[in-house]
Amino acid sequence: MIVDFAIIAAKAFLVLFMVLNLAGILGWIERKGSALIQDRIGANRASIFGFAGLGLVNTLIADPLKFLTKEDFVPPAGDKFLHTLAPCLALFPALVIFAVIPFGDVLIIGDRVINLQVANLNVGILYVFAMASLGVYGVVIGAWASNNKFSLLGGVRGSAQMISYEVAMGLSVIGVLMVYGTLDLQEIARGQGTLVRDLLPQWLLFLGPIVGWLPAWGVFLQPLAFLLFFTAAVAETKRIPFDLPEGESELVAGYHVEYSGGKFLMFFAAEFAEIVTAAALVTTLFFGGWQVPYLMRDGFYFPWGGQWLLPHLAVVGLQVGAFTLKVLFFCWVQILLRWSVPRFRYDQVMRLGWKMLLPLALANVVITAIIIVVAQ
Amino acid sequence: MGTLPLNYYLILSAIVFSIGVTGVLVRRNLIVVLMSIELMLNAVNLTFIAFSRFLGSMEGQVAVFFVMAVAAAEAVIGLAIVISVFRHRQSLDPQEMQLLKW
Amino acid sequence: MDLPTLIFFTLAALLIGASLLVVFLRSVVHSAMALVAALLIIAVFFVILQAPMLGVLQVLVYAGAIMVLFLFVIMFLNLTATEPWRVAWLSFAGVSALLLGGVLAAMLTETETPADPVAATELFGSPEMLARSLFNDFVLPFEVASVLLLVAIVGAVVLAKRGS
Repeated sequence: MIVDFAIIAAKAFLVLFMVLNLAGILGWIERKGSALIQDRIGANRASIFGFAGLGLVNTLIADPLKFLTKEDFVPPAGDKFLHTLAPCLALFPALVIFAVIPFGDVLIIGDRVINLQVANLNVGILYVFAMASLGVYGVVIGAWASNNKFSLLGGVRGSAQMISYEVAMGLSVIGVLMVYGTLDLQEIARGQGTLVRDLLPQWLLFLGPIVGWLPAWGVFLQPLAFLLFFTAAVAETKRIPFDLPEGESELVAGYHVEYSGGKFLMFFAAEFAEIVTAAALVTTLFFGGWQVPYLMRDGFYFPWGGQWLLPHLAVVGLQVGAFTLKVLFFCWVQILLRWSVPRFRYDQVMRLGWKMLLPLALANVVITAIIIVVAQ
Repeated sequence: MGTLPLNYYLILSAIVFSIGVTGVLVRRNLIVVLMSIELMLNAVNLTFIAFSRFLGSMEGQVAVFFVMAVAAAEAVIGLAIVISVFRHRQSLDPQEMQLLKW
Repeated sequence: MDLPTLIFFTLAALLIGASLLVVFLRSVVHSAMALVAALLIIAVFFVILQAPMLGVLQVLVYAGAIMVLFLFVIMFLNLTATEPWRVAWLSFAGVSALLLGGVLAAMLTETETPADPVAATELFGSPEMLARSLFNDFVLPFEVASVLLLVAIVGAVVLAKRGS
């Protein structure tokens, strides 16, 4: 019993440690990445005796110190309790979603098989959507407690955008759920280990040599769902091109304009943690999660017949490393997206969510259902 | 984890239901009255789920599923009514809505 | 007192506290947040009672969508409170609530259920079992519920529109 609790606690600690650190480092990567894209140098003033440590000094020392030593200010007519509650409500869902994201297959120590996922829920993906829907509260309460018209405007826009794109996000994932037949994220990640060749029905076997050697990742089986989900996830996290709630040049800082110091740090960390969350979800659902192509539990089994057997720890290391690399890649894609694309207008955001993403997601569900029924 | 006797859950939901009834009777803000109704519906959901667990039948959970759907519909319509009443009377006090025609 | 009982009583106390806050707080936004807390605690109870699918749906639908709607309307109407509760009715309401609670508790605990819960399979309360029930035995209510939701959406839009 105690050992079970200790293992779960260790996994939770590891996941939270990685996510929070990644959220912090992403802040610096965003500043340097945007500088790279905009052909300038970016933040280079924080250093200890000239040693900037690849931005770690900035991320780990300068930024947190700056935020934490600022005055913690509650607007005089604002609601004190809710003003303090809102950043917590914003940060909580972004972190808690990681409880169901698998970062590896299994780790076998002695005779104990540890599933590398903090909580193995049989309703995994629904839990993700439930926590994402709780994310609206941070925005709504933060906007309300600030007693500021611009804040309220940003908050109302933000929450309307979030609840609209939740629907599109959920529907676009249904195709993936139908293909892999389960709601559990670890099973979805495991189901992406087969090759497309093994999933083709009799009458499509001629496609074998052309696409059969691809691993059965979600992006190959459900490309439209990937695009829809990625768009909806970016909109849900209120990143550019969907950042009207923050509207840096319109609403000053939108729903978190009246926040400073530690509370703003929590909103800031929540936004970057949500980037990591969106990237992790996209990897798990569409890019195989921790799967390395052709890597089974005891080594590589290439489709042309060769194999390369590896010890267990090497396999686990490769899987966790692959997961981390894929998550980092999608974080970088989101940062790239932010600095390349202009912001949508609010009515364009709503039109995209309801009139374009939703019908496409429904069409995807119907087409996937037809293909699955025909292929049996 | 080991299960507690069914009565614990039933008494808990009876208590929450009565608190909801107090809310409906006492509050003078129509939105809080609606929220108390939601509290009552949730107490009933808890009863359904407790019975479903102790009788081993899925029917209780299906009932809760439908109660949730209907509660969503009812909250939507209730709030729409609240908005349109507010436009006429500028007040959300149920005591000012006693007359059928004004 | 062993761990499950302790957890139950803690959660029960929190739930009753949250319900009392819903009814007796002055600010409507605070009441709404207390209701969200109550809904989340009830979702935890659902998961304890082996209904994980419904627990997650409770958070997703009730706490995640319906309460957001409530908050929107509260902010939209933005009313400063007159007298939050009918003081003259407080004692009457309190007594009747106590009576109601007592009668309910007495009648509910009279039911004859097996002393130990029926041994549940691992699939009990899972999406698969819920779906089997819904689509085999309860197809008609399912379809009627979807029509009901459509009617509710149309009705709400019609009721809340300005002017004609």
